[in-house]
Amino acid sequence: MDAVSQDDFEAEVVKMPGKVLVDFWAEWCGPCRMIGPVLDEMAGDYPGVKFVKLNVDEAPAVAQQFAVMNIPTILAFEGGEVKQRIVGAMPKAKLVEELGAFLG
Amino acid sequence: MTPDKDFAVPDTDTAVLDLVIVGAGPAGLTAGIYASRGRLNTVILERNMAGGQIALTELVENYPGFPEGISGFDLSEKMKSQAVRFGAELREIQTVTALRREPDGCYSVVTDQGTLRTKSVILAPGVEARRSGIPGEAEFIGRGVSWCATCDGPLYRGRTVAVVGGGDSAVEEGMFLAKFADKVYLVHRRDELRAAPIAQERCFASPKFEFVWDCIPRRIDGSQGVEALEVENVKTKEVRRLPVDGVFMYIGQLPNTTWLKDVVDLDDQGYIVTDGHLRTRLPGVFACGDAHVTPIKQIAMAVGEGALAAMQAQRYLDALDCPVPGAATTAGGSAAAPA
Repeated sequence: MDAVSQDDFEAEVVKMPGKVLVDFWAEWCGPCRMIGPVLDEMAGDYPGVKFVKLNVDEAPAVAQQFAVMNIPTILAFEGGEVKQRIVGAMPKAKLVEELGAFLG
Repeated sequence: MTPDKDFAVPDTDTAVLDLVIVGAGPAGLTAGIYASRGRLNTVILERNMAGGQIALTELVENYPGFPEGISGFDLSEKMKSQAVRFGAELREIQTVTALRREPDGCYSVVTDQGTLRTKSVILAPGVEARRSGIPGEAEFIGRGVSWCATCDGPLYRGRTVAVVGGGDSAVEEGMFLAKFADKVYLVHRRDELRAAPIAQERCFASPKFEFVWDCIPRRIDGSQGVEALEVENVKTKEVRRLPVDGVFMYIGQLPNTTWLKDVVDLDDQGYIVTDGHLRTRLPGVFACGDAHVTPIKQIAMAVGEGALAAMQAQRYLDALDCPVPGAATTAGGSAAAPA
């Protein structure tokens, strides 16, 4: 998964016409370390969706803009809009199920 | 770590297992380590992800063997790989809905994904944070409502938060939040704290705390995220609106045992009642960890109990004078009742 920053979030996520899945994470967050590899794997499974991660410690303004107050939080963007919000770590099967409609 | 290939759990659609462990916190995982090393066919069921409450704990400093402390998440990962290594099968995201004793003396463990048949059971379902049920609580989960300061605290750098409760959890998690937040309201329904004196001293000394005594939470307001917590004074009935970005509630815990009502003995709080050998009233069913009646809730305690429960299960299985005939092939075996 590529990392996005506060500076390029607008261009890399909000302005993207297609589907973008953003993993809000931080170094200190244990469950984030659990879900990171799951998302890396899913990025390979769903080439039609762009997977990126955002370190909330380095991008507090973005976290605040989208009211991300627990991590991991996954926001599913399409056409610049948040279509789905998932809070907390979960195994791959469950995550795929939750995101079913979005992943298409 | 590689699982032990020579010892695999049989096809659980047809076989009767030796042991099903419900819950994969420290108690359940330790029971899994002992049981699989004892060569019991063991499946561990977990409704979330392995680790239980410790996976959400920032730093564990009182578990022996880690003099520098260890992150709760890392400790739970270690326990998990140790249990799986010896052949216990861990199934996460499976919720157990019922436990039934069958006429043949075996047990059916019913989950949202099927039914397991087993000769013995260890109950280690743990506890969860009690919810207040006030308006806005469910709505703002993930957007300012949290039960885990250690998970989310750093996101409140420079913000204002409210902590509800007056016990050790409320005070300790409040102190953790005060590392990041500019201000911490501590809302408590009485006018004094229940927390350990040393914890009280620390928070009274912190300039970041404001104590909101005699108040209970009424409603959480906000738009995209939390913006305020409304509290009501229980003596004067006066309502006050606290402008906060986050609300952390520590108003007690509930054992995850509602599905065990009428199955094993529960005390009036819902905790599982056992004898000193962790036996419930059902033969071959043992209970350990935070969800059973225990004087303290500590990892070291849960681990000790997990070991004891597994060895009790082993002893119980050894004494079954009528091993279930055709157990490996007939799901509805017809053995005489053990016990």
